[in-house]
Amino acid sequence: MRIALFVTCLADTLFPEAAKATVRLLERLGHEVVFPQDQTCCGQMHINTGYPDDALRLVRRHVRTFAPYDVVVAPSGSCVGSVRHQHATVARGAGDERLASRAEEVARRTYELSELLVDVLGVTDVGAFYPHRVTYHPTCHSLRMIRVGDKPLRLLRQVRGLDLVELPQAEQCCGFGGTFAVKNADTSTAMLADKMRHVLSTRADVCTAGDTSCLMHIGGGLSRLRAGVRTVHLAEILASTEPAGHPAEPAQRDGVTA
Amino acid sequence: MTSRELILGRLRAALGASPTTPGEVTRDYRPAGGAVDLDVLVHRLTDYRATVHRCSDGEVARVVDAILGGRRVVVPPGLPRRWLPDTVEVLTDDDLPTDRVDAADGVVTAAAVAVAETGTVILDAGPAQGRRVISLLPDVHVCVLRTDQVVAGVPDALARLGPDRPLTWISGPSATSDIELNRVEGVHGPRNLHVVIVPA
Amino acid sequence: MTETFLGMPATAPRGVGHLRGDESFPVAARRSLADAQLRRNLGHATATIRTKSAAVIGEVPDWQELREAGRAIKTDVMARLPELLEQLEATVTAAGGTVHWAADAVEANRIVTDLVRATGSDRVMKVKSMATQEIGLNEALEAAGIEPVETDLAELIVQLGRDKPSHILVPAIHRNRAEIREIFLREMPGVDPALTDEPAILAAAARRHLRRTFLSTRVAVSGANFAVAETGTLAVVESEGNGRMCLTLPDTLITVMGIEKLIPTWADLEVFLQLLPRASTGERMNPYTSMWTGVTPGDGPQDFHLVLLDNGRSAVLADEVGRQALHCIRCSACLNVCPVYERTGGHAYGSVYPGPIGAVLSPQLTGVEDNASLPFASSLCGACFDACPVMIDIPSILVHLRAQHVAAYRSEHRVPSPEAITMAAAAYTMDHLPLYEAAQRASRVTRFAGRRGGGLPPPLSGWTLGRDLPQPPPQTFREWWAQR
Repeated sequence: MRIALFVTCLADTLFPEAAKATVRLLERLGHEVVFPQDQTCCGQMHINTGYPDDALRLVRRHVRTFAPYDVVVAPSGSCVGSVRHQHATVARGAGDERLASRAEEVARRTYELSELLVDVLGVTDVGAFYPHRVTYHPTCHSLRMIRVGDKPLRLLRQVRGLDLVELPQAEQCCGFGGTFAVKNADTSTAMLADKMRHVLSTRADVCTAGDTSCLMHIGGGLSRLRAGVRTVHLAEILASTEPAGHPAEPAQRDGVTA
Repeated sequence: MTSRELILGRLRAALGASPTTPGEVTRDYRPAGGAVDLDVLVHRLTDYRATVHRCSDGEVARVVDAILGGRRVVVPPGLPRRWLPDTVEVLTDDDLPTDRVDAADGVVTAAAVAVAETGTVILDAGPAQGRRVISLLPDVHVCVLRTDQVVAGVPDALARLGPDRPLTWISGPSATSDIELNRVEGVHGPRNLHVVIVPA
Repeated sequence: MTETFLGMPATAPRGVGHLRGDESFPVAARRSLADAQLRRNLGHATATIRTKSAAVIGEVPDWQELREAGRAIKTDVMARLPELLEQLEATVTAAGGTVHWAADAVEANRIVTDLVRATGSDRVMKVKSMATQEIGLNEALEAAGIEPVETDLAELIVQLGRDKPSHILVPAIHRNRAEIREIFLREMPGVDPALTDEPAILAAAARRHLRRTFLSTRVAVSGANFAVAETGTLAVVESEGNGRMCLTLPDTLITVMGIEKLIPTWADLEVFLQLLPRASTGERMNPYTSMWTGVTPGDGPQDFHLVLLDNGRSAVLADEVGRQALHCIRCSACLNVCPVYERTGGHAYGSVYPGPIGAVLSPQLTGVEDNASLPFASSLCGACFDACPVMIDIPSILVHLRAQHVAAYRSEHRVPSPEAITMAAAAYTMDHLPLYEAAQRASRVTRFAGRRGGGLPPPLSGWTLGRDLPQPPPQTFREWWAQR
């Protein structure tokens, strides 16, 4: 299958390991991955901060960039959520019905990674090996906006060597929320503190999720605590294999990894 | 312009700028007509701290005696006298002053409908149920329910009831969840609710 | 704005009622967040109610179908609101009640005060009601020399403690049993000095304290959970029996109701009486529900007045996206699941309507600029939408109101806000690939310039107070891709 990668601006710029892992994983499963060069950002930050007018040009760019592809995948529940539930609304708000219907077309062919794997490609065992104690944080937008359900967990359960531990109060928001973390920094920090407490209580080595944004938030907090728990994107775990040269340990950088 | 005209004008303007067509209401939830399970009713009533008695109609007086024997009891004028034992002092409500109702130890009433699924007894102020105040002020409420008054769910109850009488839906004794969101029985209404279920 | 044109939708007036806070949400929230006792109380209470509610919702196989019906009925109500209100007026009047129309809080307060004065009573007893909290009725009555007595236990705790409500359903949710005991000992005349903090003992103290008031007060003021247009029936859903007391014992009953509380038919009650208790207190059914239609000779108040309140609701109705906030049945489920509410409590929202529903309702009732920080008081996690028994899409309304605020700021200021300049620049950059790639390269400079976990400049510095910033990678994804 020919799959277009919607990398998301955050993964492209700050967390390329998650995107590279998505490519490696899909290629290992026998698919062709293409990267439409014109893509930048889906505009979610603009939409959610109250700037749909500014977001419009980004929606237009996104739709133009991905319209030619039958299947689009993103390693992010949040950005897929925006494409699915916000792009057409922004276009309609600007009175551009044609863009709205094209955005709906693109949205129908856009999948979050675990959705693509389980629903479209029909696999739960991707042949991964990851010998670590891992806990999974279901990000709000993957859980409640696009409803990936237990698909990430079904994928993780098939990973050899992986010790999956349940995260207490997993469905509680980590407190990121885009510009919420800036405008309401104190509340966000209080939410993050509870999320970190639950992550640490699992004694996991790795906290994983399907969104680099939430992982950046949780990882930033854990790093400040020097807690020793790493945040790793779901794609990186699923891309890891035993004999292949790809390291199970993602390259460590200063600060956080995701 | 009256406030009535002002408000209605505002609302029409609000809708006129962006009219919505009234939508069809899809009612795919369980309709009236479900099977009645008395055991469910008993479970729900006791779960919310009502005391349930099951007996024949002839045994009701004995049950009332056990609960209120030797005490002063308000009754609505239409209450079957056979339900009252000789041991209680009967105070028939012929428009009793509120203070006298308040001074009574208990009240015995019939019921109109009961909902099994929610453990609810509903009074509609019929002759054997009386004015709303009599089932409110005394601390013990004995409510006699016939099995044919029990329905499965809320839709059944509303189908049997009408707006022409004041209705009181009672699900367990008076309670509050206002302290730390824990349910505590016993605030302003009767702190003891006894439901006596008799065959139809 | 449009307020000068009669007949145009109007927001709630300033200077009366409790829809506006004194400070912005982030400022007020900071104080709540620092109160460890408050956070423990809230965390405990909301966790309790979430568990209870989930259990009883799990018992009904048709919960989603009931939610869908609830949503559809309320959508229909909003589309036909003027005609349904006229129908309600006719049915209530036919049943012996008197209907009053109040365009705003000032008028509603005047109507109620005049009605109480006409009875000669200098005291009213009140059933907990959000509408009367919203309009500041207690203050208006006090100013007229009339003593309002709150009879709901939580409202009583708030009133005796000279406090403000912090939750729609349980206004004293921020108080624990020990604090309630202290308030009772201090403020309740004749209370047993040996009072313990056992909830049952505290409830019994309230029972003794209010019994005389119930028996001797001749006027009561209530709100309404539902009003049936078809029959003129009003419904009050409660737990303690204080509602029954107020609806049954006085000579005069005055019910103040927001115009959105309508439902079209008697049968529609079957939907909401199933949704409300399970979503709000987590019970299969609340202990007491009272329904009355006008006046019943010989039973209950013989003088019944219904005050229909607009106070900004017409302005909410005028917004196609935002009007679904009027579907709210005040169950509080969205508060109980909200991670922001759980940590900040209700006072931080400033308005009597706190939590997610308050964050979309208050700014619409007042006009968004009077509550401009509220639409941003959410991480958009979506838990409220899932919990709402009438499926109000709160996250979408929040996003919609954020855009309204930005637009209002833009139209009122000649110079764009720093945020707007940043946003426009970011959008422009991201729409021009060479600029975007240059910005990506520029972000890498911090890799060499910044210290480990380096802080960001204001206003972004809030984020880096408690978190380390990721170090930009040596290579972006697209650079890696280009080299493959």
